[in-house]
Order: sequence, then C-alpha cells, then structure tokens
Amino acid sequence: MTDASLTRTEVPLKRQLKRAERARQVKALALVLPLLVFLLFTFAGPIAGMLWRAIEDREVRQVLPHTIAALANWDGKDLPDEKAYAALASDIQAARAAGTIAIAAKRLNYALNGFRTILTGTSRNLKAMPEPGAARETLVKINPAWRERGTWTTIKDAGGPVTGFYLLAALDLTRNADGAIVAAPPDQAIYREVFARTFLISLSVTALCLILGFPVAYLLATLPPARSNLLMIFVLLPFWTSLLVRTCAWIVLLQSKGVVNDSLHWLGIIDEPLRLIYNRFGVCVAMTHVLLPFMILPLYSSMKAISPAYMRAAASLGAPPVTAFLRIYLPQTLPGIGAGSLLVFILALGYYITPALVGGAADQMISYFIALYTTETANWGLASALGAVLLLATILLALVYGKLVQGQQVTGGMKN
Amino acid sequence: MEAGMVTPAPALVRFSGIQKTYDGEHLVVKNLDLDIRKGEFITLLGPSGSGKTTTLMMLAGFEVPTHGEIYLSERPIKNMPPHKRDIGMVFQNYALFPHLTIAENIAFPLSVRNTSKAEAQERVTAALRMIKMEAMAHRRPGQLSGGQQQRVALARALVFNPQLVLMDEPLGALDKRLREQMQLEIKQLHERMGITIVYVTHDQSEALTMSDRIAVFNDGIVQQIDRPDALYEHPVNSFVAHFIGENNVLSGTVEAVDKDYCRVALAGGGTVTARAVNISGAGASTSLSVRPERIAIVPDGSSGDGPNRLPARVQNTIYLGDHALAVLEVAGNGEFMVKLQPGAHHDLTHGESVFITFRPEDCLALDPV
Repeated sequence: MTDASLTRTEVPLKRQLKRAERARQVKALALVLPLLVFLLFTFAGPIAGMLWRAIEDREVRQVLPHTIAALANWDGKDLPDEKAYAALASDIQAARAAGTIAIAAKRLNYALNGFRTILTGTSRNLKAMPEPGAARETLVKINPAWRERGTWTTIKDAGGPVTGFYLLAALDLTRNADGAIVAAPPDQAIYREVFARTFLISLSVTALCLILGFPVAYLLATLPPARSNLLMIFVLLPFWTSLLVRTCAWIVLLQSKGVVNDSLHWLGIIDEPLRLIYNRFGVCVAMTHVLLPFMILPLYSSMKAISPAYMRAAASLGAPPVTAFLRIYLPQTLPGIGAGSLLVFILALGYYITPALVGGAADQMISYFIALYTTETANWGLASALGAVLLLATILLALVYGKLVQGQQVTGGMKN
Repeated sequence: MEAGMVTPAPALVRFSGIQKTYDGEHLVVKNLDLDIRKGEFITLLGPSGSGKTTTLMMLAGFEVPTHGEIYLSERPIKNMPPHKRDIGMVFQNYALFPHLTIAENIAFPLSVRNTSKAEAQERVTAALRMIKMEAMAHRRPGQLSGGQQQRVALARALVFNPQLVLMDEPLGALDKRLREQMQLEIKQLHERMGITIVYVTHDQSEALTMSDRIAVFNDGIVQQIDRPDALYEHPVNSFVAHFIGENNVLSGTVEAVDKDYCRVALAGGGTVTARAVNISGAGASTSLSVRPERIAIVPDGSSGDGPNRLPARVQNTIYLGDHALAVLEVAGNGEFMVKLQPGAHHDLTHGESVFITFRPEDCLALDPV
C-alpha cells in the first residue's frame, strides 16, 4: 500500500523538483548574463582572436594567389614547373599594380631573411609579362634566387591558410627546406631563453613574496582586530597607488644617486654606488613590492580560518612550538600558500611595465617582446604565438595546481 | 569545606595564593587556594566570567598567574610551557586537527613524544576501540558528527596517559540527549582508568552528575568546594544555594539565634525557624533558602502545625511529566515553587488559599542576597 503510493507520487515529485530548480537556474543565469556577455566580447573574443592570429597565414595567399595554387601540387623535391613561374610573374604584375607587394614581402621576409629584396627587386625589374614558356628564364635572370628550391618552399609554406610557423618561431623552431622541424638559427633563437627568464623571474618574485608575506599575514591574523585593521591598511596601500608611480618610486630609491646609495655612502658602508637598478635585482625588488598584497591576502584569509585552539591543542598534547607550527599550522595554510603563489606567479608572468622601467636589456620578460611585436614591428602572428605559448603554460600550471589542491582536501573540524 | 573525606589522597595539583588579572585593574581570579587530589573528578562550576576557565587555562599553561604558584606533583609549574606539563586537554570545540585523519589525530601526542611506531599503532588502536570508532580511523574530523568528534578529542587527550586531564566545557556544543550520554561515558572512563580529571562547566546538573567534588566559582572566588550532595544539602551561602538546584528565597530579619537554629521574621509577614548557616547574629538581615521538594502544601485550617507554617496563594501549576510544580505567592515572593506529585496539581486551583509547611532543618538562613 505504502509502496504503491510511493511509486505513484515519485515521478511527479521529481518533475516538480526539476521545475522548481529550473526556475532557479533561469534566475541565476539572468543575473550573470550581463557579465557573461561582457566577458564574451572583452575576454573570450580577443583571446580566441589571438589564438587564431597565432596560426593564421593569409598575406601571401592574398597577394600571390595563383602562385600558391600552382604550388599546391608541387612535391618540393625539385624546382617547380614553368606554370608556377608564370603564375608568380602574373601575381607580381598584379600586386605591383595594386601596391600590395610589400605585404607579402614582409611576411616572406620573416621566414627567409632577404626575401624582401628578392621580391621587391623582381617586382621592380619585371617590366612586362614574360613570353609564354619563358617565365622561368626571365625570373632567374632577374634574380638567381628563383633557381633555389628554398625560395619556393618558403612561398609554399607561407601559403596558408593556417601555419605553424609563428608557434614554431615562438619556441625557437623552424622548418627547413625539406619541411622537417629543426632548431632555428642562433641569431633568431631567443624566445626559449626569454621564456626561461620570465619563469625564473616570476618564480623568484613568488618565493620572495612568500618569504616576506608569510610573517606579515601571520601577524595580521593573530593581532587584535583594531591593530590588525590598521596594519591591513598598510598592506592595501600599494593597491591604491598607481603601478607606474610605485615603479618610479623604486627608480628614485635605487638609482646610483638614489636614496639608498646616498645613505649607504654617507654611512661609509660603500665607496662606489651599488648597481641596484636596471638589473635583475631591481626587477625582483620592484615586482615583489607590487605583488606582495596578492600573496598576503590569500595567506591571511587561510590563517584567519585557523582557530588558535589548534595550536593550544598541539601544545597541550606535548608538541613544542616549532613542531606544532610545522605539523599543525603550516599544513593548514597550504591552500593559502598555493592560492597566493599561483596568483603572484601568474601575475608576474605577464609583467611588462615594471621590468621595462627598472630592468636592463637582459631582464626583459616575454610581455616586452609581445608588446614589441604588436606595437613596433606589427608582427601580429609572432606576438600572438608568444601570447598563446604563455597562455598555454599558465593554463598547465593552473591545472597542476588544481590537481594538487584536490589531492589534499582540507575541511575544518572546527568550522562545521 | 572538605567534608566526608576520611583519608584524603595526596594533592596532585595545588593552587597556592593564585591571582590573575588581564587588565591590571580587575582580578579575574582572586586569591585561589585549591587542592586537586590524585584520581578525583573535580569540576570547576560557575557562571561565565567567574574565573573558572581562567583557572583551567593557568593549569594548562596558556595563561600565567599574576601572583601565586601552581604545583603539579609538588613541582612548581608557573613558568613551565604547556607542552612540558604532561596534561591532556579536551577543548570546547574539540580542536581536532582538520588536515589529519582520526587515527593521525590520536597518534599526534605519541609521535611528538617519539613513541615507537609499533607501540603508537597499538595504543591508537586501543584508544579507537575504547571510543568504539575503529571503523572511522581514516576519516577526517570534518566527516564526523559532534559526538564522534568529542570522543576522538577525548581519546587524543587520554592516549599518552597524562597525569592530569583538563576538560573545558567539552559537551557544550552537543544536544541534550547526546550530552547526557557523553556525561556517563566520561564518568565511566574516569572510573575505569583512574585518571584525574579537572572539568569546567557552567551547567550545574552536568557537574552534579559527573563530579567527585565541585568547586563553585563566582566573581573570581571559590565559594565552596564539596561533594555534589553536600553542596546541595549544605550550601554555605546564598550564591551556592541558588546556583545548585532549584531554590526558593524568602528574605527576613534574624530575631534570635539559639545554637544551630534561629528565628527569622519574614519581610512579607510571619516568622519561621531556620538553620543558622551564614548569619552574623540577631538583628541581621538574611535570605532563607528552601528547596521546592522539601515543602508540603496543606489545606487551609489543618491541624498538626510545625514551627514553619505560612499562608500561601496558588498562582499557577506547571506539569512536567515526572513531577509537577505549584507556583505560589508566599510572604511577598510570587515565584515560590513547590514540587508536587504528578496528578496532585489537579487539586489546586488558581487563586486558592493554602498553607505551606517545611521542617526547620530544610530551611537555611544564609547571607542576604
């Protein structure tokens, strides 16, 4: 009897629940919709655009469409046939008339140094369309480079519509004439070092922030509220000051005729001014200062949740202060350490203005190069590829962190 | 006030002239002298702010006395850090380490003492068996109910065989039924293991249920230290009489003192004979204390009067299951409680005039409230 009534009411009950929950879900969705749309246009869209630009390759295809078509079936083992030469000659003629030859020349020059000269020179000297069947002869006469296989593979590789060229370049790799992936020539292979430097600086800054921030966060979490609020204002003060102002303040402090050097000199500790800025030291100091609050705040919130009763319990159970700290307190701050370190590290990875102002040439991080390629040389493909690699590395790190945190779920016995 | 102990066991803990102030103006503990015997279950009972928790914290080593000395096994421990005192403690909110499993929590005091792995394992298993939680050894504290967490905290405080176990309102967060069950479990543990327990609570029924002796704290002073029954039967002052159990208060003036008894003229009219417990002499004002269960209601005009017979008016009756209470108006006190047999409350009607009577030995003349 009861069973029957149960099964009879079960289905409508489930449906009712679903209906009730759907209403709530719709309401929740409506609340976040404006932000979602905003993020779609200002965040997801640009990132997708960046990722696309990292692999997009259409300049050469636009300017030399017939050449790309003619090279489609070329196996790349020998020189291409006469048809390809004729297509190139007609494409160059058309491009010269349209004034677009420089676009293709710039792109091809990325892949092969000196291609700009080859293409613009050919364009200048190719007065008229060559006789049918004599295209190869004419072009080779204008520039012997057209007799080389590498010239043609460069064009074919740049034919798009998508390419791995920029991504490979961002990792100091390139394709040789046979299409195999090889290390880039040493004069172009700088990005691995820049990435390594970026990670090293970020790691140093994260470590410094942790070492300096941990005691402050501990003090904040243990002081009585009135005093900890005052201290908190000092921690937050940097947040309310412009990044540029803070960085410039460091220049004032650390330069060779700056406050620090003058004081040390006056005290007789040094004779020669120390080199404190425009080097790695200055970059780390300034970045640590700027990023310290991002470490202190997560640490503080994780420490605030640790009841002082735990340390008392540990002491009453016979643990000396250091043991109690290492075995009871520290493990409970791990989520805060993880969150703060990840935050500082990821923010540091993207730092641009501070290293640019207080760093030397050997201290520029990857953002500097991204900015360089977007604003100065307009090499959007390479800038996007560098950005994509940085993004990928950051996502990987976040995933690793997520796995680590998931592994050690900390739920407080005191809190529930 | 150490009535009834024929052969006192040696004092394990001795508070000697202890004073404690936090702000330099008010003494939270005023001149405390207290002996705790080996193997006894002593409860520090009092309202909040009475100094009982401060006393416990000084014993645990988390607070330092402003004046005086504490001896543990004859050794002064005032300046000994908590981790060297060998005192187990159970905290109000259990304070189980959230990042460790139950077994790791219980093993913690053993591992900081460098107990060998095998022995620690054995003792943790025994402790888990003691609290009947072997199956939950690998859970985390957050996954346990309040009662289970409390058992783990208990096991953790006992597993290293401390010479003394302190409990700071350990059952405060539990519901009534579970609290009563845990009271019995702790009491049984105490009897089985012969440990010395100092227990802090503000719940007088908890103190009466569990303790060998109770120290009643008020205003930084120990008002009385005694066995539960002695506290109830022979309170030394109005505070203790009022704090322990139900109590009716009648105020009056002492007319005459005759050895252990005195005549008291009630402020609301009438005279009664009371036991002279805490009065300064004839002419002094006093508060009389009478327990609700020591009073009989007699109908109007009945004969066989004792020395204490007062007119009363029925205000209300309250049915409480196993017994009932009559609320009377007696000599100006409108909340005078009398305990009745269940069913007897039907015989009383609102506004009815009755008489109450009680024996002189059940009426205590104490300091005026």
